[in-house]
Amino acid sequence: MFRHQAGEITARLVTALGWQHLDLIEDVVQDALEKALRVWPFRGVPEQPSSWLTTVARNAALDRLRRERSWDQRLPQVEAHFARWQADQTVDERFIEELSDDQLRMIFICCHPSLSNAARVCLTLKTVGGFSTAEIGSGLLLREATVAQRIVRAKRRLRQQHIALELPPADQLAQRLDSVLQVIYLMFNEGHTASQGEQLLRLDLCHEAIRLLRLLVNHPLGDQPRAHALLAMMLFHAARFPARTNSVGELVLLADQDRSRWEPALIADGFRSLHQAASGTELSRYHIEAEISACHALAKNIESTDWSRIVICYDRLIALRPSLVLTVNRAAALFHLDGVQAAWESLSTVATEGWDFGYIPFHVVCATLLEELGQTETARRHWARAKDLSQNAASGRYLAEREQHLRAI
Amino acid sequence: MARYMLLLHDDPSAGGPLSPDQIQAVIAEYVAWSDKLAANNQLLGGDKLTNEGGRVLKINGGDVVTSDGPYAEAKEVLGGYYAIEAPNYGEAVKIASTCPHLHYGSRIEVREIEELGD
Repeated sequence: MFRHQAGEITARLVTALGWQHLDLIEDVVQDALEKALRVWPFRGVPEQPSSWLTTVARNAALDRLRRERSWDQRLPQVEAHFARWQADQTVDERFIEELSDDQLRMIFICCHPSLSNAARVCLTLKTVGGFSTAEIGSGLLLREATVAQRIVRAKRRLRQQHIALELPPADQLAQRLDSVLQVIYLMFNEGHTASQGEQLLRLDLCHEAIRLLRLLVNHPLGDQPRAHALLAMMLFHAARFPARTNSVGELVLLADQDRSRWEPALIADGFRSLHQAASGTELSRYHIEAEISACHALAKNIESTDWSRIVICYDRLIALRPSLVLTVNRAAALFHLDGVQAAWESLSTVATEGWDFGYIPFHVVCATLLEELGQTETARRHWARAKDLSQNAASGRYLAEREQHLRAI
Repeated sequence: MARYMLLLHDDPSAGGPLSPDQIQAVIAEYVAWSDKLAANNQLLGGDKLTNEGGRVLKINGGDVVTSDGPYAEAKEVLGGYYAIEAPNYGEAVKIASTCPHLHYGSRIEVREIEELGD
């Protein structure tokens, strides 16, 4: 894909010319793509499109640098580097290895801990993923100008702090890797549970998150149990995408999904990653989350799901870091395991404390349990509140229906 | 069979920058179109003309005078051409009307190439 190629060429040029020339590099990559747009329709696609694009971008970069006198001293070095590529362009192992180093450097710098999470996500999507600011805006439901501004500020910050473009040294690897995993996790979640907008799933974001994580785990630096665990979790979720919306794009809950539409190949990939995640003593939150999704992937239906194991997983996650999200999810699992009374009791502590959280699943779970308990009026209020909170058109319609249904009783 | 030139006019200033994926999609459309023509032996060739550097020459009082492009004022430029083969003008127009350029450029002029005649 052009998008991935844009990311690859950018990464290679940044390695050769330095991070400080990122803006120039982005220009020449875009120019190369636009040249392809002008010429390929008439002359056809070259035999090796990716090396054509690389050569055009590289030559344009050199031209521009030659015009900047300050570059005179470093130019021979850069030209030598480029000459080496030329020789390398037949795809050999070293080329691929270098490319993955280049891309990984880019990922690590875009996800640098000195940037906010929001900035990291935007910068990674733009620079590594090859998305335009408009596409990022529609993926993250932000205005294009906001995205552009975040990217400009992030670049400036990295430049000002003179952050080195290098793979993290061993003593920083753990922290830097966590920072990258967090960005990938956010990117996937944003695509997976869109909180607003028309589409329930914004698959491009999810696929990009999976692609980046695959790049990462296939490199010695990213080949860590928790990275494999996160990949496993994402693959299990991705396997369910085809069943998660119906033909008119509406939300289908796990219980109602046609499991024959889950993608077996992705589930198999998920288990392979889970296996790799188990190679060590580390137990991260990603491991536990992957285990929960694995339980669903293995079950033929809601009834035969291993709910006791899922409840244990939630207990472990809560022990790591308690949160309302986890308590609500645990209650939903407990409902299947021990029934409505136990589930409601587990929620009652939070439910009586606040009653209103801006968290939709809390209201959905409360409403479902209260309906079961026969407290129709309170249940209806929760459905209504969930509907008000929902900015996603597809799940909003579903929630409105549930509320209407209880109104009719 | 007669030969025809499809003269593709562009407005280089139209539209903002496209994203890599959008560029890929547009190229794919053009390539699918020209592949289909080539498969039917209807495509003779084509080229892009650069958007910059057009000069116009003419004789003024015995001297050759050059001036900036034909489009110093106009927005449109002749952006490229395809040469095709078709049984008659109507068929040539039919082929041109399926060209993606109509969606991405401004207009297509269809001209028959005058043959020597026997």
